[in-house]
Amino acid sequence: MAEYKWPEADKRTFIGKRISRIDGAQKVSGRAKYSMDINRPGMLFGKIVRSPHAHAKVKSIDTSAAEQMPGVKAVHIVAQVGTELLWAGATVVSLAAVDEPTAEDAMRAIKVEYEVLPHLVIDTDVKNAGEYARPANETKVGDPDKGFSEAEVTVEGNYGMAVITHCCLEPHGSVMEWEDDGKNVLAHLSTQAVSGSVAQIARPLEIPATNVRVKQDHIGGGFGSKFGPDEWDITAARLSKKAGKPVKMFNERDAELMVAGARPSAYAKVKIGLKKDGTITAWDSQSWASGGQGGGGSPPLPYVFVIPNQRKQHTALVNHIGSARAWRAPGHPQGCSITMAALEDAAAAIGMDPYDFFIKNIALTGQRAPIYTDELKIAADLIGWKKNWHPRGDKAAGPIKRGLGLSIHTWGGGGHPSDCDLTIQPDGSVELKMGTQDLGTGTRTALNIIVADTLGLPMNAVKISIGDSRYPASGGSGGSTTIGGISSSSRRASLDALDQIFAKAAPALGATPEDLEAAGGTIRVKSNPSKSLTWAQACSKLGATPLTIRGKNPGPGKLMDQGVGGAQMADVSVDIETGIVRINKIVAVQDCGLIIDLKLAESQVYGALIMGVCWALYEEKIMDAKTGRMLNPNMEFYRLAGIADIGEMVVHMMTGKGYDERGVIGLGEPPAVSPGAVIANAVANAIGVRVPNLPLTPDRVLAALEKKGGSNARI
Amino acid sequence: MRGFEYASPTTKEQAVSLLGSNWADADILAGGTDLLGLMKDDVVSPKRLVNIKDIKELRGITVGRDRSLRIGALVTIQELVDHAQVRQAFPVIAHTAGEIAGPQIRNMGTVGGNLCQRPRCWYYRAGYGLLAMDKTGEPLVPSGDNRYHAILGNAGPAYFVSPSTLGTLFIALGGTVRLFGPKGKREIPVEKFFVIPQTESQREHDLGPNEIVTEIVLPPLAGVKAASYEVRQKDAMDWPLALASVALSLNGNKVRSAKVVMGYVAPVPWRSKEAEEALIGKAITEETAKAAGDAAVSGAKSLGRNAYKIQLARVAVKRALLAAAGGGAK
Amino acid sequence: MEADDDDGKLNEKGSGLSRRNFLKVSGISLSVPLVMGYRVIKVSGAEVKLYGPGKVPLQLAINGKSYTAQVEPRVTLLEALRNELDITGAKRVCDRASCGACTMIVDGKAVYSCSMLAIDAQGKSITTVEGLMQGDTLHPVQQAFIDNDAQQCGFCTPGFVVACKAFLDKNPNPTSDQIQKGLGGNLCRCGTYVGVRAAVAQAAQKGGKRNG
Repeated sequence: MAEYKWPEADKRTFIGKRISRIDGAQKVSGRAKYSMDINRPGMLFGKIVRSPHAHAKVKSIDTSAAEQMPGVKAVHIVAQVGTELLWAGATVVSLAAVDEPTAEDAMRAIKVEYEVLPHLVIDTDVKNAGEYARPANETKVGDPDKGFSEAEVTVEGNYGMAVITHCCLEPHGSVMEWEDDGKNVLAHLSTQAVSGSVAQIARPLEIPATNVRVKQDHIGGGFGSKFGPDEWDITAARLSKKAGKPVKMFNERDAELMVAGARPSAYAKVKIGLKKDGTITAWDSQSWASGGQGGGGSPPLPYVFVIPNQRKQHTALVNHIGSARAWRAPGHPQGCSITMAALEDAAAAIGMDPYDFFIKNIALTGQRAPIYTDELKIAADLIGWKKNWHPRGDKAAGPIKRGLGLSIHTWGGGGHPSDCDLTIQPDGSVELKMGTQDLGTGTRTALNIIVADTLGLPMNAVKISIGDSRYPASGGSGGSTTIGGISSSSRRASLDALDQIFAKAAPALGATPEDLEAAGGTIRVKSNPSKSLTWAQACSKLGATPLTIRGKNPGPGKLMDQGVGGAQMADVSVDIETGIVRINKIVAVQDCGLIIDLKLAESQVYGALIMGVCWALYEEKIMDAKTGRMLNPNMEFYRLAGIADIGEMVVHMMTGKGYDERGVIGLGEPPAVSPGAVIANAVANAIGVRVPNLPLTPDRVLAALEKKGGSNARI
Repeated sequence: MRGFEYASPTTKEQAVSLLGSNWADADILAGGTDLLGLMKDDVVSPKRLVNIKDIKELRGITVGRDRSLRIGALVTIQELVDHAQVRQAFPVIAHTAGEIAGPQIRNMGTVGGNLCQRPRCWYYRAGYGLLAMDKTGEPLVPSGDNRYHAILGNAGPAYFVSPSTLGTLFIALGGTVRLFGPKGKREIPVEKFFVIPQTESQREHDLGPNEIVTEIVLPPLAGVKAASYEVRQKDAMDWPLALASVALSLNGNKVRSAKVVMGYVAPVPWRSKEAEEALIGKAITEETAKAAGDAAVSGAKSLGRNAYKIQLARVAVKRALLAAAGGGAK
Repeated sequence: MEADDDDGKLNEKGSGLSRRNFLKVSGISLSVPLVMGYRVIKVSGAEVKLYGPGKVPLQLAINGKSYTAQVEPRVTLLEALRNELDITGAKRVCDRASCGACTMIVDGKAVYSCSMLAIDAQGKSITTVEGLMQGDTLHPVQQAFIDNDAQQCGFCTPGFVVACKAFLDKNPNPTSDQIQKGLGGNLCRCGTYVGVRAAVAQAAQKGGKRNG
């Protein structure tokens, strides 16, 4: 029996090294096919007539003119008369036509009448939200009254962040086709869950899940918003059935921003009690959050720091915007941004360097305290904290003020259930099949590294096949659970396969299987490496039948773990005459257990920081109170940072002893938690006043300066 | 986008003949970066597109013997940025144009198009009309989200801001726009080309539905110190929140005459006589520039969400003046 | 195609547009020939071809090859390639000249193909990401994108690669400021700009890989 563990550092050929992604050449050359790139013979183009109202009832639908138009092949009413529509952009009617222009003309020919109902789309005023506000009971930890009575200083502040949208560059959608005389569905779906989407497609279509196949080679972004087929995918399958042709249905950009994903907002009034030496004694927060009909749940407050005495009350605000979806570390960016800002304000109130304040209270973070301490120290060195930090309000002359901010964060990770089949052919060729997906995180590459490293083969000797629901099922890519799951099952399969190859090869080498190892494309005797078979020679001992091993997760041995953290720091400049914030530098120090590919791991962190700059400074789903519509459903006023807006970025991964032996832990989410907090704290440090709400747009920055006293806001 | 018929005439006479006497009939295609977006959003839906890019006489940049500058309407923003003589004789134009959008837009977008592009007002782009009214005729901007709307000339019914960077600059430089229509040529100061519409059927340009912009003419810049300053949240590819273009004629170090024009603050590029007057006879210093900035927004009013833009316009004017006086091409 | 007897005095009649013909063409395109070609009208003493609104045959020079397609004038260059020619490297993302995912090089210049009509791209030399490789060899920009991991999901990548190629053609030795400004027309959601900056520096043969 193989011992299921990762190789020691000196035995790793590829694991932990900087390896370029194996599908990189496909992507840079345009050959990588995304679901949106799939063109099928006779394919029709689907479009959706959407509600222009935030809250309305369908009064009548007339599709007759559209149905008679040449080139229109199928029309499907999704929202029957009487249906209540709960956000602008909700699906009403879908149709499919021979080309996009015809489909657009047909959309305009469909007449829908609505009974317009009252709506709420603005989420900043919870007091006047009436029935839309759903307060939860107050919760207590410890004795908050006692905690505040022991405090020497009480600091209050308001903090918050707007609803943002996922804005996946490849919009949500699919190409749906029926095969085998309309019996089976082949879904080219843009999804974070290839295996898991099958049942979700079958159920509404009322066909057995065995009749559904999901395929996806590449996905153009998901970030938590693509865990299954959506209404528009199901309607595409229905249209395809009706028309007898494949149907391509992808959201237009405006719909993508309106309905295909929202990260809930979060707002809080926070009170912190502390002693003048920096000891935190109590926390009080009254928070609210919105995110469509589900309301917004409470973010984790206080975040990371388990303050001994707490009083918390949260209100979910139900409103008429496209529904919330998981967004990279759900709840954590909100909890982190609010908490770290409140803590930074508390430190400022007692005139303490927030770095010292964090270190002083680091025990409140629990068992991770020593790691956070190390990470904060490294981050501080990388950004020159002790040299560059100054008390609140840069005293430098001129309008440009510079400041530093910090934050720490955590995330779970762990590994999702994941199966794979590893097949070794008698000619030595190797293929791993797994129903997983590569979000651009490098799943393919990680699998390739693990199998090649374990079998002692070069990377290109292993074929990695993913993105097909006919392969063994693997979990959806969410919660940073993919790398833990897929690395564990593929390692187990590889080790098991190797056992069998050793058993077959041992007689020829005059050794016992236990004496053998796989390295450098050979199977050889550990004590005498010159006694060896080439990989192909060893595999030929399999005879005529290929060897297929099912790898599973969960399974024996400790290959993965959960629970990571990191520290980040930002250096920003603020023009106090214009309120414009520029990033000078952001430093991220992050642990994630054993790293499979250092290059791609770093990419995850860079990406998380850049995404963080976007939502810290620019992103906001701007809703119009009166019309109930999103005002910026485009990429011109729904701003994302460009290449010039991100400053210098430094990523430091915690690796080696103390980390590697934990096994593999996911990384997609944790570094995406802190950027808003570090940028907001740096801005407060620069300009001497807290800008309560993200994004830190010029209007918000100038308003904060104005409130502070006005003199700074005037030139 | 709705269907249309398409023609590529080779002379301006043909182009004008192909255009209609109603805006809904036909539209002019040049760079296309704005027009195609408007058509995709069904804000405009012309029955015919007249592609003017094959009209050679609308191309080209020429610097006259008197150092005046003629810019063909079809000159792209990037051609303006790269043109050696423009860079040398009108550095402020090359610099200001170089700040417009991103490289692809600068490669595609034309100078004529920069003047004629339609406002970015999000109510207008969502189909509520140029004056942004709901079905009952109620204006949406004053009670709505007007964070990017006008702070000057905003008494209504127009609340959008003019998105023309070059229009703002050309007014400061005393430019003239030449038009061609069914009755032949016409020429007006760029300042008069931009108008505030009073009804939904009017446009924000003094331009007939069958007229085309043929060229822009700018007087020599000799002795004039000019600069622009843009306040933009993102470093590239972002609409300015405020822009100021200034041109100063100096007597020694004292201002003899000044032009101060602000962009993105009003339904037209907004010339501030108040700021200009505040500068006469003064040397440009931090204080006088600041005073001119204050004067420039003395008549500005917040619509509710856009008070910060008053501050941004004030700063833009101050910084443009300091840049101009510093001799830089900023 | 047919000759038309309209003359150049249309606007003097107060119409400015041959509505009669416009409607006629619309009607015809729905019933008889799907592909019309063009018709000729006389304006200002010259003959001008009018295309559409039905489908018209187009010839496009893409990556050194000639392609034909039959599309309405309202079809963008991007859609013609993606939907008619199955050339799908360039992506449709914002579809409004904001994000750069559709970037192609047309007559030597980087443009947003979502905002150029296919009919307007005739007679021009069009390069897409598919045209950058020489046989099996990646363009230096493409190789640099891989080396510096300037991609994650990869959906912005084809447009970004093309924009970088056009940028380096014009600025073979860019400063870092020029890189920031010259690539401002492309947006990435995964956050690969650190890699892109390093890739451009590498492709410009200035070294400077992302990871030292």
